Amino acid sequence: METGVIFAGFGGQGILLAGKVLARAGMDQGLEVTWLPSYGPEMRGGTANCTVILADEPVGSPIVDAPRALVALNGPSLDRFEPKVAPGGAVVVNSSLVPRPVRRKDVREIPVPVNDIARELGEPRTINMVALGAAVRALGILPLQAVIQAMVEELGERGRKRLVEVNREALARGYAEAGRFLA
Amino acid sequence: MRVLMRGNEAIAEAAIRAGCKCYFCYPITPQGELVEYMARHLPQQGGVFLQAESEVAAINMVYGASAAGVRTMTSSSSPGISLKMEGISYLAGSRLPAVIVNVMRGGPGLGNIAPAQGDYFQATKGGGHGDYRLIVLAPSTVQEAAELVMLAFDLSDHYRVPAMILADGMLGQMMEPVELPEPVDEGTILEKPWALTGAEGREPRVVLSFDLDPQGLKEMNLTLQRTYREIEAHEVRWEEVDTADAEILLVAYGTMGRIAKTVVRLARAEGIRAGLLRPISLWPFPYEPIRALAERIPVVLTVELSAGQMWEDVRLAVEGRAATPFYGELGGVVPTPKEILSEVKKHAR
Amino acid sequence: MLADAKIPEGYVRVFRRPDSMSDAPYTYCPGCHHGVIGRLVAEAIDELGIRGRTVGIAPVGCAVFLYRFYRCDFVQAAHGRACAVATGLKRANPDLIVFSYQGDGDLAAIGTAETVHAANRGENITVIFVNNQIYGMTGGEMAPTTLPGQRTVTTPEGRDVRATGYPLKISEMLAQLDGPAYITRQAVYDVRHVQMARRAILQAFRNQLEGKGFSMVEVVAACPTNLKVSPVDGNKWVTEQALRYFPLGDLKVRDR
Repeated sequence: METGVIFAGFGGQGILLAGKVLARAGMDQGLEVTWLPSYGPEMRGGTANCTVILADEPVGSPIVDAPRALVALNGPSLDRFEPKVAPGGAVVVNSSLVPRPVRRKDVREIPVPVNDIARELGEPRTINMVALGAAVRALGILPLQAVIQAMVEELGERGRKRLVEVNREALARGYAEAGRFLA
Repeated sequence: MRVLMRGNEAIAEAAIRAGCKCYFCYPITPQGELVEYMARHLPQQGGVFLQAESEVAAINMVYGASAAGVRTMTSSSSPGISLKMEGISYLAGSRLPAVIVNVMRGGPGLGNIAPAQGDYFQATKGGGHGDYRLIVLAPSTVQEAAELVMLAFDLSDHYRVPAMILADGMLGQMMEPVELPEPVDEGTILEKPWALTGAEGREPRVVLSFDLDPQGLKEMNLTLQRTYREIEAHEVRWEEVDTADAEILLVAYGTMGRIAKTVVRLARAEGIRAGLLRPISLWPFPYEPIRALAERIPVVLTVELSAGQMWEDVRLAVEGRAATPFYGELGGVVPTPKEILSEVKKHAR
Repeated sequence: MLADAKIPEGYVRVFRRPDSMSDAPYTYCPGCHHGVIGRLVAEAIDELGIRGRTVGIAPVGCAVFLYRFYRCDFVQAAHGRACAVATGLKRANPDLIVFSYQGDGDLAAIGTAETVHAANRGENITVIFVNNQIYGMTGGEMAPTTLPGQRTVTTPEGRDVRATGYPLKISEMLAQLDGPAYITRQAVYDVRHVQMARRAILQAFRNQLEGKGFSMVEVVAACPTNLKVSPVDGNKWVTEQALRYFPLGDLKVRDR
């Protein structure tokens, strides 16, 4: 079983870190994981993205044809990746910035105003963790606690310990927000 | 303990653990993280990190450090590797061990920074001037990249032949969990009775890649050729996946090798008995294993991120025993497993 | 050989081959200055007692067989890359005394980048730069240091500065940098200058022993064969022509 997730947005929105925290949480839970940043021809268009795969067997291709979840933090990312999402997959949309709803009817739309939530938390840089929290709920593969733990380790290694608490809150807020749209 | 690391970083860390004492580089994408990692960590371990003025200078610094008898490495990506070819030929001619990492990108010329496999000919057929070979190892996972770097240092020292790690931008950039190999016990690294350590108490030594006397240069070349035959006899490495009952065999290396594993799984889910042979050593190339499989598998499909460079070696191995179709992508475009699957369907009965 | 002959009773030996030199005969042409310069290097190594820890770097050019003339470790470098190879050797083993010996084509044309950057990094190495204004080994082609109007096989009408530029004053260039410790230009066309060059080469090695950093001795030399003149006229060429563009003296001396 392989689960692919695409995180996409503007450069600077913390997309790559969100993906890395998810991959790290998966690894810590004993899964096989890959993390592939936007790279090569995919860098055109001014968006940053990364692909994370969580699997119970070694991962072959780190490229995902049909992600089970998409986290789109801006409009161009939704335009570009919405068509790729697997039927039944989840699309976490940053409703603070994306002016349109998800067009496809065969995917689960999870609109989360991540910029507004991050602002409420007093730390605009937490938008990536708000979005990740929502994605974790939508995926239902990893416990939120494992993702929080991975975030704590990651920020600790980057010398950002003082941001741990607000990011913990951000993950929890995103997780709770997504719950409103999921049965 | 598994750690989540980029391929570039795992290669760097493995080199340090292999006892690499001197690393010389020039920045180029997509192997920047390798350079940065070495800059941060090698000096802490008492090693030398030096950013050179050019790729040409960097490989010649490797030449000097190797002549001094230490384990040494350089890394680059395709256009930079072209610049290093002069020095690599000298290393080969002087029988100096060294590890060269090529995180391949799209070419020719400046190309782009996307993953590609267009440097196969350059890596496996010599690349610079003269009759020489490099030991070429092609990892397909971050874990394997770390392990092959350790192996590359050992093989290079043992045979006195420069070794190349042939990766690509995708493997360099991606993160995977990796169980880092234990650092080598420095006492186990081969003695180098040819190293230039100063002639105190012994006869002077010289490290040369030339002999103006044709008979003399012929002897030097024959020594190289004997070494190459020995490497061919002992150092062929490859992986087989689901080949026992295969009706179509994929041959792919590196990043394409791992993508092909997914293709094999997808094909089998659809009832096509696909198998994979993934060369790990590109030189020496696994001619015999491919030949043996081609005796009973009617279709051998080569898949590469090039216009068909390894394909030539596959056809040399198969020698008409099976059909040998080819599927490749160019310019840094990486095919999805589904795209390759449709190619498999085309050729499977 | 004569050099090893037993000295008869009552005689005193006043001249001998330096210990650092082998007994291999030189392969240089009559009147070539390489022989004198090579010997001065060996004398410096002897005087400092560093033969056992010295590694020389043989260039591509007339001095390609340099390793044969010495009794110390040697490595041969690709054309122009000696300063990069020296960097690798010295960084790998700082206890070694590393010197390169390079001609003008090697050091100032194909190896300009390696030379400038090794100097700029202040690599703790010694560079002997033989400037004879010509490519000797390949048959007398124009060098970066060839004088304006000088005839070579690739400037048969004389070097036209409008087409091929001016003699490259690499020592002056390097002297502008903060990295080098010692940049000097010497000559060996007469005894007095041989003695001055000897002292300069000794200083360049001593600097390395003292960890002072990049030291280069340029020696303005003659190549009578390619100038198609006699050895004596080769010396005259140096004094009457070459030194007009390449004046002798210290260009940079750093005390630290």
